[in-house]
Amino acid sequence: MFGVHEVSPAVRRRIALGSTFAVLVVLGLGARLWTLQVLRGEQMAALSENNRIRLRRDPATRGRVVDRHGGVVIDSQASFDAVLVPEDAPDLPTVVETLAQFLDQSAAETQAVLDRAAGRPAFQEIVVKRGLSYDEVAAIETHQLELSGVSLRVTPSRTYPHGPMLAHVLGYVGEVTPEELARDEHYRPGDLIGKAGLEKGWEGDLRGVDGGQQIEVDALGRQLRILDEQESTPGHTLVLSIDLELQRAAEHAMGDRVGAIVALDPRNGDVLAMVSEPSYDPNAFTGGIKPGLWKELLGNPRHPLTGRATQGQYPPGSTFKIIVAAAALEEGIINPFTRIRCPGYLRYGNHTFRCWKHGGHGSVNVHDALVGSCDVFFYQLGARLGIDTIARYARQFGLGAPTGIGVGSERGGLMPDTDWKKRRFGQPWHKGETLSVAIGQGAVMATPLQMAQAVATIATGMRYTPRLVQRIEALDGSLVREIAPQMASRLPVRETALKQVQEALVDTVSRGTGNKARLRDILVGGKTGTSQVVTIGKTRLKAHQMKWNQRDHAWFVAFAPAEEPTIAIATLVEHADGGGGAVAAPITKDVLEAFFRLQQEREAVRLAQN
Amino acid sequence: MLRIDRRLLAHIEWPLLVLALLVSGVGLVTILSATFHDGQFVSRYVVRQATWAGIGLVAMLVAVSIDYRTVNRYAYPIYLLLLVSLVLVLVAGVSGGGARRWIGIGPMALQPSEFMKVGVVLVLAHVLHRWAGEARLPLRRLLGPLALIAVPALLTLRQPDLGTAIAICMGAFTVLLVAGLPTRLLIIAALVMGPLLPYGYAHLKPYQQKRLDNFFNPQADRLGTGYHALQSQIAIGSGQVHGKGYLHGTQNQLKFLPEQHTDFIFSVYSEEWGFIGGAALLTLYLALVLRGAYIASRARDNLGALLAAGLTGTIFWQAAINIGMTSGALPVVGITLPFLSYGGSSMLALMISVGLLMNISMRRHTF
Repeated sequence: MFGVHEVSPAVRRRIALGSTFAVLVVLGLGARLWTLQVLRGEQMAALSENNRIRLRRDPATRGRVVDRHGGVVIDSQASFDAVLVPEDAPDLPTVVETLAQFLDQSAAETQAVLDRAAGRPAFQEIVVKRGLSYDEVAAIETHQLELSGVSLRVTPSRTYPHGPMLAHVLGYVGEVTPEELARDEHYRPGDLIGKAGLEKGWEGDLRGVDGGQQIEVDALGRQLRILDEQESTPGHTLVLSIDLELQRAAEHAMGDRVGAIVALDPRNGDVLAMVSEPSYDPNAFTGGIKPGLWKELLGNPRHPLTGRATQGQYPPGSTFKIIVAAAALEEGIINPFTRIRCPGYLRYGNHTFRCWKHGGHGSVNVHDALVGSCDVFFYQLGARLGIDTIARYARQFGLGAPTGIGVGSERGGLMPDTDWKKRRFGQPWHKGETLSVAIGQGAVMATPLQMAQAVATIATGMRYTPRLVQRIEALDGSLVREIAPQMASRLPVRETALKQVQEALVDTVSRGTGNKARLRDILVGGKTGTSQVVTIGKTRLKAHQMKWNQRDHAWFVAFAPAEEPTIAIATLVEHADGGGGAVAAPITKDVLEAFFRLQQEREAVRLAQN
Repeated sequence: MLRIDRRLLAHIEWPLLVLALLVSGVGLVTILSATFHDGQFVSRYVVRQATWAGIGLVAMLVAVSIDYRTVNRYAYPIYLLLLVSLVLVLVAGVSGGGARRWIGIGPMALQPSEFMKVGVVLVLAHVLHRWAGEARLPLRRLLGPLALIAVPALLTLRQPDLGTAIAICMGAFTVLLVAGLPTRLLIIAALVMGPLLPYGYAHLKPYQQKRLDNFFNPQADRLGTGYHALQSQIAIGSGQVHGKGYLHGTQNQLKFLPEQHTDFIFSVYSEEWGFIGGAALLTLYLALVLRGAYIASRARDNLGALLAAGLTGTIFWQAAINIGMTSGALPVVGITLPFLSYGGSSMLALMISVGLLMNISMRRHTF
């Protein structure tokens, strides 16, 4: 070697020291391998043979859901599941047969469950049946010897104590699908996941964190001891803006009609009640819904699975006149004193547009036109405003787009304009169509939730995004997160114009078409609406003369107290046996009465406690 | 500069090259087994890994041919480039398995933290080689280097990737040790504390461990990793003396281990090759590390010594911690086994490291 080493001796010394250290570490690791593979090798080989160490998951208790006063809306209770580890059952077909004797479930169904679980990691439990009855639990307990591989597992189960009440808002839970498993690594086959409504929308908060146990089992799969354990963390509680008492009253008011009611607090967007009838019982979904019941729900002509409040889209009928009136006043098309003569019809182009009142309303201003729901007056406003201006205002009221309530599959209704017609049909907009839209017919469609939001907006001048969940709490009641009210927009309508429309709506209830919603000591503002389902020539048939599914829909929208509104409400009855004033107004009145009665009662209780 | 000197060819560093290729070969064979399921080879892993090894060989050639003193002049730019890419990962990285670790470049995904293992050694050797020697480094000289270590380590921890952050720190720590830390006490403390820290951890109460885990690695599933550690030990132990034979590891085939082709590859290997195979692999690693140390102590200058020691140290610590973790001697942190674990960036960075080590060895004679 002729190289000159310029590495400092100290550095070389340290490298030598490090090398010695490395030798020692490797010797140590070798010793560790010796221990594992030679000294404990046989024991380890035995453990590996039948995989004796199992990971048992302890699913977290799903969070509860309560109403604004703490009343339980969704609860989690313990229930028993039957689970099976096929690798632990030496004679699987016999076990499946035997199980059929003790469970209310055929051997074929059990086999189908096992087939679906094919491809899972070996020795992982398969949930054979959820929510066992007391008899089933007892039978499995006593016949353990014949059922090798089968065991019981306690899991939290979902209960909806009020049954069908609020079902479309709450949604339901079900087993995760393979697609959901692929999307989110937190789930394991057999886990429950929110499938619809709040259960789906707030899954992340409701779910909690699973815990589990590492257990050592013997060759027959029986537990020997727990090696490690991690407790599960329960999910959070959702505190709703819903008032259960008001909800109950609203459902009672709707009776067995088909329709929806949405009640909002116009000051912050809180959803106080949300009814959709007919409904279904979400409890039926928890343990896996029976195919027969599912088919029945799907095939029912009254569509109980549809949440009409957020998914039902209907022509708003005369309730839409509120928006047209506000737009016309703000745009200066009319002033409060502008009069238009209504002879009962309007000839426009070569078409005759009729007013619902054959004899006509005579000469009316905007106030009278709203109170009497004069069609001709609004035909004229529509013609002068033009469809695009109407659409611009309607969107400010929340029409034409989902409100953002955050419960799955909300529909946005439809607010047509020239652009839409061109995109959709490739045709120009006909002026005649504007006249239909001006009285809430034609292509315009809205959900009951949108109409409730619209009437809340006219009541306060401000539009709030509907808020279903007020806050999220931990199990011990401590606050996790507050969901603040969200103002979506301020209505671009002058205070005076707003006042004029509001006053007209109050008169509509006190002495006009909406008088069936009048309350004794509280001033209510409201508007009726009747939307045609089928157009039938010139003669209008009475409701009882038509087939059920051809009858008109009845609307009523309202706010109260008129001076300082604390509730805004939209009621829709599908295919009603009468118009909005006759059918929807009395229902609305019942709900408003309940609302103010509850307010008084609670106030009294509060005073008594102080 | 890419011209290869005749004299260099005469001094090719064969021992290190052969050792590195041998261990890489074992890696490919084991990855094939780890991704063998239901009698079918999932060959894309092996093909990809072999492709990366090929790319690595080219990179190695480049790393050999540029004089390491020239590389040293670019230590800061290289380090800064890697820092920027680490920040990029956090801002616009590609996610996988609950962490953001990669940057997508066309069809490839590169993991900058792997290259930072080399980068941090480069920059520390650059800063410290002038001071290394008889006199120990004064404390104030250490502040800069500590910051140079902490920034990439914390960025990597944020991904989150505890294992790679530890590897970065341990490699850098080796350079500091060899350069000479201020007091004897510090060396002793480090030597004793280093291995004792995880040992002490193992003897903490479970709830204390959980707190530590949550602090360093909030996304980890403690029960899950504990289960994996146990399954890994069972796999290794059940290999006994002779092993179950290639492709006959049952633990592996039953899919008990989630990351069997990356972090837990050693358990797949040991189950199949037994204690004999395990001891052989340990010997190969030891030979590789000792050869690296030899290159360091016989380098041309202190710069070469620090570089070689740091690169070798990075490989040593990763191998030691990984084998310790899979055999249950250390807690589970996601550290890969150099040359064996599946991973393109890791393979590429290792080949560059080997190239630099050969570079230092071969330039011992030049001036």
